[in-house]
Amino acid sequence: MKFPSRWADPSLWLFGVLIVVLTLLVANPILRLLWDSFHTASGAWSLSSYASALGRSRNIQALLNSIYLGGAVTAIAMVLGVPLALAVSRTNMPGRGFTHFSVLAAFVMPNFLGAIAWILLAGPNAGWINRLWVEIFGTERGPLNVFSFTGLAFVIALYAFPLVYMFTKSALDLISTELEDAASIHGAGKLRTLTRVTLPLALPSILGAGILTFLETVALYGTPALIAIPAGLNLATTQMTTFFEYPPRVEQAAAFSMPILLLTILLLYVQRRLLSRKGFVSVSGKGGERRAFDIGAWKWPMLGYATFVAFLSVALPLAILVLASLSKAWGRGLASGNLTFANYHDVLFAQVTVRSALVNTVLYSGITAALCVLMGMCVAYATQRRITPFPAAIQLLSLAPVAVPGLILAIGLYAAYAGPPFALYGTGALIVIAFTTRFLPIAVTACSAAIRSLNPELEEAVRVLGGGRLTVLAKVVFPLLKKTLAGVFVLVFVISTKELSTAAFLTGPASRVVSVLTLDLSEQGNYETLATMGVVLVAMVTLVVALGMRIAGRDFMLRRS
Amino acid sequence: MSKLVLKNVCKSYGKVAVVEGLDLELHKGELVTLLGPSGCGKTTTLRMIAGFVDVSAGSIAIDGNVISGAGRTVPPEHRGMSMIFQSYAIWPNMTVAENVAFGLDVRRTPADESRRRVGEMLEIVKLAHLAQRYPAELSGGQQQRVALARAMVVRPEVLLLDEPLSNLDANLREEMAGEIRRLHDEFKFTTVYVTHDQAEAMTISDRIAVLNLGRLDQIDTPWNLYNKPRTQFVASFIGRTNLVSGNVVGGHIVVHGLQGAVPLPEDSLPDRADARVSIRPQALYLGAAVDGALSIGEVDVVSRNYLGEYWDYLVRPVAGGETLKVHAPPAKVLEIGHRAALSIDPRGVAVVS
Repeated sequence: MKFPSRWADPSLWLFGVLIVVLTLLVANPILRLLWDSFHTASGAWSLSSYASALGRSRNIQALLNSIYLGGAVTAIAMVLGVPLALAVSRTNMPGRGFTHFSVLAAFVMPNFLGAIAWILLAGPNAGWINRLWVEIFGTERGPLNVFSFTGLAFVIALYAFPLVYMFTKSALDLISTELEDAASIHGAGKLRTLTRVTLPLALPSILGAGILTFLETVALYGTPALIAIPAGLNLATTQMTTFFEYPPRVEQAAAFSMPILLLTILLLYVQRRLLSRKGFVSVSGKGGERRAFDIGAWKWPMLGYATFVAFLSVALPLAILVLASLSKAWGRGLASGNLTFANYHDVLFAQVTVRSALVNTVLYSGITAALCVLMGMCVAYATQRRITPFPAAIQLLSLAPVAVPGLILAIGLYAAYAGPPFALYGTGALIVIAFTTRFLPIAVTACSAAIRSLNPELEEAVRVLGGGRLTVLAKVVFPLLKKTLAGVFVLVFVISTKELSTAAFLTGPASRVVSVLTLDLSEQGNYETLATMGVVLVAMVTLVVALGMRIAGRDFMLRRS
Repeated sequence: MSKLVLKNVCKSYGKVAVVEGLDLELHKGELVTLLGPSGCGKTTTLRMIAGFVDVSAGSIAIDGNVISGAGRTVPPEHRGMSMIFQSYAIWPNMTVAENVAFGLDVRRTPADESRRRVGEMLEIVKLAHLAQRYPAELSGGQQQRVALARAMVVRPEVLLLDEPLSNLDANLREEMAGEIRRLHDEFKFTTVYVTHDQAEAMTISDRIAVLNLGRLDQIDTPWNLYNKPRTQFVASFIGRTNLVSGNVVGGHIVVHGLQGAVPLPEDSLPDRADARVSIRPQALYLGAAVDGALSIGEVDVVSRNYLGEYWDYLVRPVAGGETLKVHAPPAKVLEIGHRAALSIDPRGVAVVS
């Protein structure tokens, strides 16, 4: 019997490639960021960047504003998300499928488009709601002003609450009715069962979702750029962009991002601790029959609330965008002679910038999704099956981008790859690298869950019959996980089309994406073209999501992995 | 020459030793069972033979070639073995025929030969009519047969079975155990079989290796294992037994509370006080000595259980000493407190360590 050399084992090569790629994608940018924050532009060791970035009260105020905003958004998102999750998961409210679907729509909707729509709706003078108000009540001006702290928090929360909904619903779905029955049989009424048993069981997940919402808000760039800047509200992310005005001060940006980075790591740690107390939620057991709470007549107010949320987050904004896209001048409203299809012709055929932004968005998101699935699969397989040495370290490295807000990651990537020797600034490649790094954790988590669901014996059966690891992947793992991987692809694709914070600093004229172009067009006040572009993007993404649902099942997007 | 040789095989995870100093030799065509309670290291041993787990020390050789040893573990795909898993591990994305043909495809067997061998093997396991079905459409027993066919069609150097019957219900288990033995008699593959079920092991094995806490206690034929257990663990794990203390005097055993000396079968032991003695409940009779049994005094019935096929009596010798379990035929009805004569068949007695 002859045995081949151990160098013929592809797992060794996989390990090498993974380490190199993860180092380039994750470790290098983050370490560059750290390094830069402690050095001057000329390369000398110094704390001066911290002094100038954190020494100014304006900058500190920006950080504080972001934290206030994060708190406000989290509170609103809870009020929107928790009741909906409870209603869909545990009650007999009618229209549960519709409600779930509307939350999915709010999740798919890019938040910068939502912000544009709400500017059109609730702008202080020209906003349609305000004009309608003036029309009806004859007052001097309308009641709403989106360009305010409240307006900003409200608009962000409208597109952040699906996260709270997702986490809460997943936790509630796991709670067996038997636990609630046990409360009833001991004499607790419905309300008391709800407040003493059901909600406390889901509390760690709800708090965890709150922490994530808070962090996402602090790190958010799109909606603040559209609303906070005109409102004169200075936030951490908008402040950070000022470091990139000429002359760019990357070191100061790096130093300024350190408090946010530390806060993120700290809160993510807390979130993990909350959710890792597993015994809390997984008390479900198997056979537990699940019955819906009969909430009697309350189901109608509940349905009204769900419809109202769907109306505010999806229906109304989409309607406004469609109307604006069909208008010659959006400010004239539904007046006769205002209707036109010229915007669509412009966007799709005439205007090169918009069309190329649409093409770029789809192209980069597609490539990102493919890379994320491929890498996520490699990392997940190598670590779950302990093929490579140090699986825990590799997994940690691949998940590290979670702890880095998008804008900060962009600064790191800018520092690492914008200049020579890579000189990637302004290229599509840099955007794809940024998106891939940012969304790799999502892919790794989803792929790990998928691989954990496979019995390793299926793979061992291949090995023992003479097939190598590559045969295992080609003949068993990929065929069995096809659908799941398609789901991961669509998920990453959709999130990539919405991504703005990393793209904002890294795009050049040739690599602009829809999200970045939205900011430019908004600055120019060109809302008709903007709305048209938005409608086209939403239509395309909806198509992809529908396709994903056909392949991977109805629930693949809002599943908590 | 032995086909498969394990020499001083050890496996530890950190400080926890799972397998310690295991020596095992399988002759070509032999079916050896690794038997033991859960956590005894039997599955780890099987996975070391398959190449999924490295050995910490010692070596494993097949036909004289070392395949696991210090610094080198030949990966499973180059060992020419095949294995049947607890979950069957039938690939749900392939039909029955594709599952069975897999090993032949990997070995680049010509298509027509592959088709012929798959067809023959499916005949043998009585699945020819289900060749184009997918595994999800099969019953547990049928999936088991697919696993058997898939493992045997490649004519493995060594066939490994990891608790293959534990997911089947009792009737099917008995049938499949017989089926595995029949297939072994037909093909004579060198086979290592892992189970925790002693009845299953007795049914199908040429020899049984009893593992306890990572060590090999005894390897022997089923008959010897039952009738000549060498350790307390083997005596109590294989069937039920009474473990009592007694003295070995001149090739006979004297048990406290029982009259007379029981001759030890065959090999005589040196004299020794306070030896552990295993007495099978089936070797004890309530009533007068008949058919080669020796009378050993009188006992009182302490308690009893009626199990349909037999009576399970617990008795205490009148002269004092430990209580004994006694099997009696259903017709032998004795009330609690009843006094009866006890006799013993010396073939059911063994001194253990």
